[in-house]
Amino acid sequence: MQGDFSSRDVIPAKAGTSVSANGGSRFRGNDTERGDGAERKRFSRPAMVLITLTALALLSIALFMTLDAKGSWSFVLSFRGKKLLSLVLVAYAVAVSTVLFQTVTNNRILTPSIMGFDALYVLIKTAVVFFFGVSALVSIDSQVQFVVELLVMVGFSFLLFRWLFLGEERSLHLLVLVGIVFGILFRSLSQLMQRMLDPGAFNVLQDTLFASFATTDPTLLGIATVIVAITSFVGWRLMHTYDVLSLGRAQAINLGVDYKRTVAVILVLVAILVSVSTALVGPVTFFGLLVATLAHSLIGNSKHLYVLPAAVLLGVIALVGGQTLLERVFAFDTALSIIIEFLGGLVFIVLVLRRSAR
Amino acid sequence: MIITSDVSKSYGESTVVDGVSLSLPRGGITSIIGPNGAGKSTLLSMVSRLMAMDKGSVTVDGLDVSKTPGDVLARRLSILRQDNHMTARLTVRDLVSFGRYPYSKGRLTTDDKVHIDEAIGYLDLTALSGRFLDELSGGQRQRAFVAMVLCQDTDYVLLDEPLNNLDMKHAMGMMKLLQRAASELGKTVVLVLHDINFASWYSTHIVAMKHGKVAAQGSVDEMIRPDVLSSVYEMDIAVHEIAGQRISVYYG
Repeated sequence: MQGDFSSRDVIPAKAGTSVSANGGSRFRGNDTERGDGAERKRFSRPAMVLITLTALALLSIALFMTLDAKGSWSFVLSFRGKKLLSLVLVAYAVAVSTVLFQTVTNNRILTPSIMGFDALYVLIKTAVVFFFGVSALVSIDSQVQFVVELLVMVGFSFLLFRWLFLGEERSLHLLVLVGIVFGILFRSLSQLMQRMLDPGAFNVLQDTLFASFATTDPTLLGIATVIVAITSFVGWRLMHTYDVLSLGRAQAINLGVDYKRTVAVILVLVAILVSVSTALVGPVTFFGLLVATLAHSLIGNSKHLYVLPAAVLLGVIALVGGQTLLERVFAFDTALSIIIEFLGGLVFIVLVLRRSAR
Repeated sequence: MIITSDVSKSYGESTVVDGVSLSLPRGGITSIIGPNGAGKSTLLSMVSRLMAMDKGSVTVDGLDVSKTPGDVLARRLSILRQDNHMTARLTVRDLVSFGRYPYSKGRLTTDDKVHIDEAIGYLDLTALSGRFLDELSGGQRQRAFVAMVLCQDTDYVLLDEPLNNLDMKHAMGMMKLLQRAASELGKTVVLVLHDINFASWYSTHIVAMKHGKVAAQGSVDEMIRPDVLSSVYEMDIAVHEIAGQRISVYYG
């Protein structure tokens, strides 16, 4: 899968243009009706989309909290509330990080996973088990583990950026290529170590690696919420640069954006958000591509003021709605990540087919 | 005035721009001509801070481009390159509005809106202002980008091969428009051109580059001459006077 992504993006100009050009033609039917923009409908299309998505998100949350509730309400609500918070946090982190990453790389197919993030997460976990034994993974305080993972991941991304920003044009495509190479390296290293583990230790490790929305640590939730809040504050202050950055590097510099600094800050924010979501529930990286692509398609223009909330709401609908479906319809028979990957895969294939058909 | 002093840029072993010292006059249209690989676009990228230089410095009205804050420079100098690849999906009006970003950081004032309407009108895009960029022809897109740059309202407007992908009619329209911008709005226009006849007809000043260096510069009368052009392009070029303008003939 990643091989396909990379080969598309080695030719940045061609690949990107065709994506945006074909992406555009999907909406031509709708555009004619608002054509000149002379007469406006009561609500613009982005507003309608956001209202609908908010309603759906609230509905999934309500169903998640109340469906099949038996026994004491205070217990049910606090128990499910914690789960809900972790799902919302993950949805938010994945959606925002993917949209921003795609803006900064001026690309609609790549996600932070291409940078080797999920692979690094797996490698850190595997290395801990490999060098210190299973007891280390279980005995070290989860908050400490979380902070260390966060630091390693942010440090890794920062090293990459500093190295890459010595170059100039297309440096982000180099970043992406380097990310793929690192991803393969990390994956191979983890696989090597996993093969050398004894089966019992491997089992424990595999358990912690699979996305598990059911078993998030409440203490971890607190620290994750704080980190996401701080990240969002910094991100909000940069809000006005996102649309300009989506015009590409040359236009952004022309319009006076301090490109190197701004992009570095945004990529660190992305790194933190990806770390939060991977630490909470493990690698669910295909999810980001799903919500970002859908958000861009539904909103129809590229204004981040609309696209970002749309992506977050879609994330909440998919995760919270998905978890409700999982718990109430499939009765815990399967993992949510599998459902998400299944749905995401379907949507992705449809998108690719549509693009190639025109 | 744009002054470059001893500006150099190399990619690995090959030197693309080699110690260029130039002073480009204020006002009018300055064309940079020269064969492929002469370093024209690279020079323009360095002047507009899109690319860092290895050596030397560039000042725009006394402001050093590598040290001046980006938003200060963005109110003085704008650059439009030939490939405007982007994934963003925007209407013409959205794009032109970005020209006001250096002033308002995304919160458009009524004054900004006046500028936007003016720029759209100036490029005859009013009827298309609600259309998305991916629904326009190449020439219309190009005009939308030029409208954005004009909306930025800078004294200096730098354009890298603005006639690329334009047919004769639109190429002429674009040059007429730039001429108007220079004379009516008092802009200083600097552009990289491949067609020396366009350069001859519309420029006030011509700079010829070759092998990363300035081969010659001067007025149209000084530059559009068989000896100067032949040595710059390393081919036989005849110059005829037609309708009071110097036209080069090099097809034989």
